[in-house]
Amino acid sequence: MLRFLTRRTLGAAVILVIIAAVTFFLFFAVPADPARLACGKVCPPETLAQARHNLGLDQPLFVQFVTWLAGIFAGRDYEGLGHCPAPCLGFSFVNHAPVFDTIVDRMPVTISLTIGSSVIFLLFGVGAGIIAALNQGRPLDKIASVASLIGASVQIYFVGTLAMYFLVYQWNVIERPRYVPFTDNPLQWAYGLLLPWVVLAIIFTANYTRMARSTMVEQLSEDYVRTARAKGMSSRTVILRFALRGTLTPIATIFGVDVASLIGGAIITETTFSLQGIGRLSIQAVLNSDLPMLMATVLLAAAAIVVFNVIVDALYAVIDPRVRLS
Amino acid sequence: MTAVTLSDARPGRRGDSFLSVQDLRVSFQTEDGVVRAVDGLSFEVEKGTTLGIVGESGSGKSVTNLAILGLHDPDRTELGGEIWFEDQELIGASRTAMERLRGDRIAMIFQDPLTSLSPYHTVGRQIGEVYRKHKGASKKEARDRAIEMLERVGIPHARTRVDDYPHHFSGGMRQRVMIAMALVCDPDLLIADEPTTALDVTVQAQVLDLLKDLQQQTGTAIILITHDLGVIARAAHQVLVMYAGRAAERGTVREVLTEPRHPYTWGLLSSIPRLGAPVDVPLTPIRGTPPSMLAPPPGCPFHPRCDYVAAAGPQLCTGERPDLSPATGHGDACYLTRAQKQEFLGQIKGRQ
Repeated sequence: MLRFLTRRTLGAAVILVIIAAVTFFLFFAVPADPARLACGKVCPPETLAQARHNLGLDQPLFVQFVTWLAGIFAGRDYEGLGHCPAPCLGFSFVNHAPVFDTIVDRMPVTISLTIGSSVIFLLFGVGAGIIAALNQGRPLDKIASVASLIGASVQIYFVGTLAMYFLVYQWNVIERPRYVPFTDNPLQWAYGLLLPWVVLAIIFTANYTRMARSTMVEQLSEDYVRTARAKGMSSRTVILRFALRGTLTPIATIFGVDVASLIGGAIITETTFSLQGIGRLSIQAVLNSDLPMLMATVLLAAAAIVVFNVIVDALYAVIDPRVRLS
Repeated sequence: MTAVTLSDARPGRRGDSFLSVQDLRVSFQTEDGVVRAVDGLSFEVEKGTTLGIVGESGSGKSVTNLAILGLHDPDRTELGGEIWFEDQELIGASRTAMERLRGDRIAMIFQDPLTSLSPYHTVGRQIGEVYRKHKGASKKEARDRAIEMLERVGIPHARTRVDDYPHHFSGGMRQRVMIAMALVCDPDLLIADEPTTALDVTVQAQVLDLLKDLQQQTGTAIILITHDLGVIARAAHQVLVMYAGRAAERGTVREVLTEPRHPYTWGLLSSIPRLGAPVDVPLTPIRGTPPSMLAPPPGCPFHPRCDYVAAAGPQLCTGERPDLSPATGHGDACYLTRAQKQEFLGQIKGRQ
């Protein structure tokens, strides 16, 4: 297990460096001058040159990349801007603050969104899938399949906007979503994010319902499930102890991918509900040609995917003892 | 004798065997129509004996035994007839009553031990949970019992292997685990559905001997389902030859294997390769294919494949489906006369 994790961690590091390099060099293919943006609206040539120098933009591209990479581990000093402690992802061109601080500042919103909605879509999605599988061909199964078809077809900006319009503005059922730190008031935290959670979960639930249903149907016809029944196990034991176990592997696979992509930022959701998370941040970084910020958000999203892949691989071994062999 | 008087006192109970199946009918709804997988099957099993059920795929062997355990899909399956287990009627028994019987008094061994054991749980847990469920044993007791059972079925180092997963075992050892699991509660009836089909020949022999030994120790009745007459010869006391959901022939192993009376049994016996036979003598398979149970042929379901229809009389063979006769002992369901059967059997034996 330890060897497996070491190998995977090293692999992950290589992938992250490659992603960072690709993002970095692609950015400079874009015809926009970051120094001009950093300089401000009224920008005399000498100030522009100064800004360019301060940001290190006068260096060769490769040197810039290596300096940036080194800064993550060692920290870095920017002339005229000050010291950026490790892990230094650079100073934002736009607000001249260390990028890392902004990320840390925005992260709780995104993590809260991820946790809340993933709990909802995992429980409801898998639950509905199992109920559908146990009622194959009966009305409950059909309801679940129609509901998941609808869920899979709608978009967040559609459901989210409708929900905001009716639930918040027309009927005043719930307040406008807002972020209250969990540590301040857990109840307010949950209440403030309930609407985005549910809307976000609607989109994901369908996937889990269908996946759980189809694997559960498969599992129920497995020989060992029949053996469990032949042993006199009650239906509940048969389903929970035997059939469910086999459905966990594919569920863990898609769950890992979904959570990872949510950590990378729920762009549409955050925009729809005006929440200041990583998703909004990355969009703003693109629009502002804010290279350091953009690099940081891309890297964060990539890191989330890579890390969750390792976690899912480790989970396989926990779920299925046959995987532990290799 | 008390058992006999007891069962005699119950209305509707026919026969006084330990397990008595009377006129069993099992049919499934499918998209193409109703499949009559078992169509009027009767047999009995006595304590401490082994009944071998032989037949081709689709003859209704496995369906019969799933019906005894109540493992059929209740939504799609229609059951008829009677299954008496001592003085309990199993057809129409409640779900909880069946759950209490399964694994405790009636246990089952399946064909493929790799897919029939859960890959997610240790063998010790899979054996132990049956014991806990039916005997109310503690975790510790169940584990000790699992070790004891593994030792009994001849698994070396049972104390350490109890924590292994099924994929750590070889095919033969897995089937031993399966047997240990089936026997953990000392069942009165063991149904073994092709227990040796997935195993190689030497392991087959070991597993069959193991079943025999365990039967001698515990007095368990066994129903052994197979399509292999070699297995029957080695392990069974009584034989039931099934064809198209009904019995074609029934008798002791000696009777059926040495003096077979039904043309289908003759066909089965002629299609077995013999080690002593010259290599240039071709095997004689039974011509044609088993009938579709969606629309079985009228009369004797074997008549489209039978070489003796002309001798028995085509009107008879295509008219009513024959019943086993005589009703007890060595019986067969064929319209040939006793003399004809002896004559034809003599001819077949002469050819070999």
